[in-house]
Amino acid sequence: MNKSEIVATFPHIANYAYAFKYLFEKGFEVSYMIPPPITKKTIELGSRHSPDYVCAPFKYCMGCYIEALELGANCLMQIYGACRLNYYGELNARILRDMGYKFEFFDMAEVNWRSPKSVFEHFKIINPEMSIVKIAAAAPVTIAIVQALDKFEDYIRRNVGFEVNDGEFDATYKEYLNKLENVANGKEFAVLTKTYRKKLADIETNKPAKISKVGMVGDYYTVQEPFSNYFMEKELAKFGMEVHREMNFTTSVIHKTGKKKCKIAEKYAKFNIGATANSTIAEAIKFAKMGCDGIIQVKSFGCTPEIDAMPILDNVSKDFNIPVLHFSFDSQTSETGVRTRLEAFYDMVEARKNK
Amino acid sequence: MKIGIPRALLYFKNEKFWTTFFDEIGADYIISPETNREILTRGENLSIDETCLPTKLLIGHVDWLIDKCDYVFVPRVAFWRGYSMCTKFLAQTDLVSNTFREKAVKLLYYNVYDKKVYRERKAVYKMAKFLHVGRAQRKYAYMMAKQAQKYYEMFREQNQMRILEESQKLKIMLVAHSYNLGDRYVGAPVVETIKSLGCEPIFAEYFDESECIGASKAVTTTMPWAYNRHLLGAIELYKDKVDGIVLLTTFPCGTDSMVNEYIVRHYGDKPIITLTVDSQDGTAGMETRLESFADIIKMKRERQ
Repeated sequence: MNKSEIVATFPHIANYAYAFKYLFEKGFEVSYMIPPPITKKTIELGSRHSPDYVCAPFKYCMGCYIEALELGANCLMQIYGACRLNYYGELNARILRDMGYKFEFFDMAEVNWRSPKSVFEHFKIINPEMSIVKIAAAAPVTIAIVQALDKFEDYIRRNVGFEVNDGEFDATYKEYLNKLENVANGKEFAVLTKTYRKKLADIETNKPAKISKVGMVGDYYTVQEPFSNYFMEKELAKFGMEVHREMNFTTSVIHKTGKKKCKIAEKYAKFNIGATANSTIAEAIKFAKMGCDGIIQVKSFGCTPEIDAMPILDNVSKDFNIPVLHFSFDSQTSETGVRTRLEAFYDMVEARKNK
Repeated sequence: MKIGIPRALLYFKNEKFWTTFFDEIGADYIISPETNREILTRGENLSIDETCLPTKLLIGHVDWLIDKCDYVFVPRVAFWRGYSMCTKFLAQTDLVSNTFREKAVKLLYYNVYDKKVYRERKAVYKMAKFLHVGRAQRKYAYMMAKQAQKYYEMFREQNQMRILEESQKLKIMLVAHSYNLGDRYVGAPVVETIKSLGCEPIFAEYFDESECIGASKAVTTTMPWAYNRHLLGAIELYKDKVDGIVLLTTFPCGTDSMVNEYIVRHYGDKPIITLTVDSQDGTAGMETRLESFADIIKMKRERQ
């Protein structure tokens, strides 16, 4: 395939598509398509073409791929991980090929990351004429974009519940993302980020002295992608709660805090129990020590490591005297049910606080 | 000191290995009985709803053992023959210790945590050291145990090969993990039904493991799980010698949910059905499905 014909794409996860876009357009020099935003249709489409009781992220990926392929993408990518995620790519590609789509597939699980030759060979799937120098130049900016996104979202998560004018945070952040899509180089990005950092910091908030804090933990995809957890962070913020979350690309991929978290969780889980389960436990302990009033665990239905973490989280809950609420999401969880449970959780947290 | 071995999960894979090893070092051990309704109910009550059935059974078996022994043997195996395992096997030790925290369960640790070939031996030695077994004795016991397991598997395979060549009956390959196949509650009713229909069950699990894993490399590049590769390789090698394939899985098995989809897509020209076992009573539904499956294969065979 000619390099000008390639349209690369990656399934949605939070807002990282903007970082990937920079990496692929400036580094690999191919055009990158941000797949259409996830809607009910996406997940319906995805679950129709997925195995019945595979975890929900697989279904979201399938939906995103199909929608992107319909719009003209022709180079799909999939990451790898420590659980079922390792096998996602092969099955994704197989199902899509059986459906009759034609595309290139870059599966990171196939790459031997210790061998530079293997990495190079596989990168050639994306662009056969790529230049390593340009990729190396684009990588630091990509990392900076990821870090900026995480920092902004962290700030918004903690303050959006207390804004004076409704919707100001969201509007400003959306404006930033729109401008980020067309950023040309690192310098431009730095200037843009600086202005918007100031803009976000200037937004008027009204924080009472006594607020209830809640920590979000859960499996890698569900805790990060707002659509897959029914915008739970926003719902919680609407109650006037401060939402905390540790898991994002910065901590997991860039700073690699996994081992440190295993150590924190050691008292409960002696060994590594797979994927993000140890991080979930460690984060829960951290939030409990930090003085959070409640912990919410979100996960996709059937996520094996997170299920194994559930009895351990219950023990953490007993030891630290902190309520833990478990949410399990599939493709068809009712929105009303989620809201009702959240309301009850909020009432319970408030009642405990005032006691 | 008495060691309790739950009859669940890895026990079915390493039955001869463990029992021979504990016999050789002269340890006193007790194995929980075959799964019955009571054990299953206890396991269900003690574990999270969403947990897969084999894990619920493990919890039930540990619960049966807990007052009857000093140490419960729940091994942690992260890698098997160079491939990784389902995260269940990584977590089961911690899962048991957290579920039975109030009862202060004492665990016999056994941890195979990386791909290295000697890791299993080291793990066994470490466990033996904890049990105050001398160096020479544990080495001897390990070798004897390995031999026992090897000959057991060889005998099992040769037996099955003979059946595969000689039997004139309809041959149905039962693709199921060892812990599903061997369990009284999950696998046994299916095997009995296949036999009662006048068919010959062929077990994918009984074929030689290293040969099958080798064969699986031709089918898939990235499949991470050793056990699933074993089953997939068995299908790849012997699919022409059997008349139909039954995929037996439990709800909601993480690895099977994806691998079975791949198998159904890859071997589309073979008659395949998927049976999912839940913790419910009654086998009538399963019997009806197997019966019609056998009828269809028979009709197909007669037409040819």
